Amino acid sequence: MRRSMLFLPGNTPNIIVNGDALGADNVILDLEDAVAPDQKDAARILVRSAIKALGFKNVELTVRINSLDTPYWQADLDEIVPLRPDLIMPTKVGGAEDVLTLDACMAEVEKKSGLPAGTVKLIPLIETARGLENAYAVASASPRVAALFLGAEDLTADLHCPRTKEGAEIFYARSRMISAARAAGVDVYDTPFTDVNDDEGAVKDARFARSMGFSGKAVISPRHVRAVNEAFSPTQKEIDSAREVLAAIRQAKEQGRGAISLHGKMIDKPIVVRAEQTIAMAEAIAKGGSK
Amino acid sequence: MMKDSKVIAALKDAILRSGLKDGMRISFHHHLRNGDGVMNMVLGELAAMGYRDLTVNSSSVFDVQSPIIDHVKSGVVGRIETNYMGAKVGRFISAGGMKEPVVFRSHGGRPSAVENGVTPIDVAFVAAPTADPMGNATGKIGKSACGSLGYAEADARCAKHTIVVTDNLVPYPLEDAMIQEQWVDGVVAVDSIGDPQGIVSGTTRITRDPVGLVMARTTVDVIRASGLLRDGFSFQTGAGGASLAAAKFLKDVMLAEKIQGSYALGGVTSAIVDMLNAGCFRSIMDVQCFDLGAVASIRDNPRHVEISATRYASPTSKSCCVDSLDAAILGATEIDTDFNVNVHTDSNGFIMGGSGGHSDVAAGAKLCIIVAPLIRARLPIVTDRVTTISTPGRTVDVLVTQKGVAVNPARAALRDRLAEAGVKVVDIHDLKAAAEKLTGAPRRPARGTREVAKVVYRDETQIDSIKSVK
Amino acid sequence: MEIRRKAVAGTLESSDVLVEIEPGSGVSVELESVVMMQFGAAIENAVREVLKEFAVENASLRVVDRGALDCTIRARVETAIKRAAEGEDE
Repeated sequence: MRRSMLFLPGNTPNIIVNGDALGADNVILDLEDAVAPDQKDAARILVRSAIKALGFKNVELTVRINSLDTPYWQADLDEIVPLRPDLIMPTKVGGAEDVLTLDACMAEVEKKSGLPAGTVKLIPLIETARGLENAYAVASASPRVAALFLGAEDLTADLHCPRTKEGAEIFYARSRMISAARAAGVDVYDTPFTDVNDDEGAVKDARFARSMGFSGKAVISPRHVRAVNEAFSPTQKEIDSAREVLAAIRQAKEQGRGAISLHGKMIDKPIVVRAEQTIAMAEAIAKGGSK
Repeated sequence: MMKDSKVIAALKDAILRSGLKDGMRISFHHHLRNGDGVMNMVLGELAAMGYRDLTVNSSSVFDVQSPIIDHVKSGVVGRIETNYMGAKVGRFISAGGMKEPVVFRSHGGRPSAVENGVTPIDVAFVAAPTADPMGNATGKIGKSACGSLGYAEADARCAKHTIVVTDNLVPYPLEDAMIQEQWVDGVVAVDSIGDPQGIVSGTTRITRDPVGLVMARTTVDVIRASGLLRDGFSFQTGAGGASLAAAKFLKDVMLAEKIQGSYALGGVTSAIVDMLNAGCFRSIMDVQCFDLGAVASIRDNPRHVEISATRYASPTSKSCCVDSLDAAILGATEIDTDFNVNVHTDSNGFIMGGSGGHSDVAAGAKLCIIVAPLIRARLPIVTDRVTTISTPGRTVDVLVTQKGVAVNPARAALRDRLAEAGVKVVDIHDLKAAAEKLTGAPRRPARGTREVAKVVYRDETQIDSIKSVK
Repeated sequence: MEIRRKAVAGTLESSDVLVEIEPGSGVSVELESVVMMQFGAAIENAVREVLKEFAVENASLRVVDRGALDCTIRARVETAIKRAAEGEDE
């Protein structure tokens, strides 16, 4: 379950310690934009130390590393990969070659630390025009790629347009990311809503992202975590239809029927899979209590 | 004195007329909070007049009143009785600066003790933002307006002699007056009774702290799951950031679900006023105003009612407002595995607080929720045994932290309801263990042997003894 | 590692720790903490362990703690050591 992905600055001990208690499904410890150039070393060591001591076992853990055009990314991987975060988020990924470079480096670090190759997954951050155009290639470049992540702030700078709340300027980018990710069979996450004081706007933006087909959404303010989780949780209507589908399947099986239809429509495999995922998510949410 | 005026030109003369002698008890209220100028003014005058060994009974002692330390050292003040003491004076007391132990009561226990002759007041000094020449006084208007004067009422009514000190004398009669002329002996007009900036904050802000927000949401989930949130619901919360966030989230829920509450009680901030104005409650019962929004509302809105401390929380009254309270949100510096709460001392044992209304509200509310982060600057909130018992565990129902909610074992049905509603209920011992896993086990500081303060519960029994700090 | 210069790591923000390190003779640790009574010994222990881990035998440290957890203290001391040892061949 990865409805919300919350960014936390990597050099602020106070925030890191409470990172897993803020309700987000996934926590992103940030070594990149949230950390000044002269503190990259401090953040790297702090994040490594914190992951080792605190574990972060009750959330999914992502570490955002510095981009390939900086001197920091290799040290970031050397320090962090051995701790087995769930995901590494490389920034300004431009094409498949970037993924392969990262893949090779991570494989080496995994080997040195005795981890099976491919243990730590990648969630490339697409925030340049080139990256956007190459989204499908990036998504399918390696089995390590688990998802794509859209970063609209830097992207709009590259597109030479202002970033707006309504988001018309990133409509193409969102659609392209979603279609590229789904074609490659990976998940896809929407850019964060950046007005921390506009709670209503955050809800709207999250619902829009869901309706477009995103798997979940980035969050930069803990205040918006709940809104994003709610937007990406199955509605009661969806849960009820999913139950209906699964009941129809069960019934058909019992009666030995092959082709199954519900409300005049054929139920094929993708529908069943989606129904199972919906029920699984609803159960996970009910158990975890996060709303 | 003239028949239609009790005004006395000089404070000194008012004191001379009061019959005050060495060793007697004088009282103050703390509605001017950290902007108060009256206690310092009066004690300064008493010192100059040569008084000694007085008992100062003030509903609170704030840092701005730290000159009392000098008066203790010089022998003018021999005893202090209060419901809350800020860190500055608290440190002096904890270090053993006073021969006689401070006596801490609660906001409900204090007027009860005054009324029942346990702490009879010889002279009450009542700071008043506005007063008329016969002594009718209010806090609702004036340049130093502070809103409710609830804590001053029992003092003014029961003291042998009552002196009103005001910086805004208005023509007789001041009709709307908590402090009434039939109790008042003298009125002294001064240039200023205090600093308005320190009296009330401009606005109280809901916390930006993400942990505070998470706890606030969980708190509202707990209130909903308890079954108490329906028409007629009554509520009290504090002025801290997380409390204000909880009030806001609660308002959203009440409006969305069209729940019409009965009253909000407090300690009142703008957040509570917003709830009244949005129609969540029919009225506010207000014993103290924390910000300008609350002051304006108590002045202008007849549904925002000023109440005395006796009506608010006195356990010896026939009934009081806390008795009818459904849910209350309170804080803690420490809480132990028996749910006893400490709000008097920090973890090193230094006095930096006091019950205020804490123990009264906990005793009265059907659902008493303590909201506190699991750790504060490496110190676990949950301990084996609190440094000081301010509020006994039997009156505390729920502890909300960002890592889980603990329910008093005596409330098994409540615990089940919360768990069923999806609230993350954990054993309080597990919360303690989780905290210590993060912080390491803290060493307990060694304590002195001398008693520097008594914690007297609202039933007049002493429930704890605060020792000196080495 | 050899401490060649003065270096600083961490901040005075709540839950963080400021670590100043400079060359010295033998190891000396000056400690200030908001939780001195409860965790003073544990903090000093953590600092000395990290110094040992990086084979630092001559250094003078000033540590100002604002209630940092053990992992934060260790991280900041390590960062300060590495900054102060920069330029050394490993």
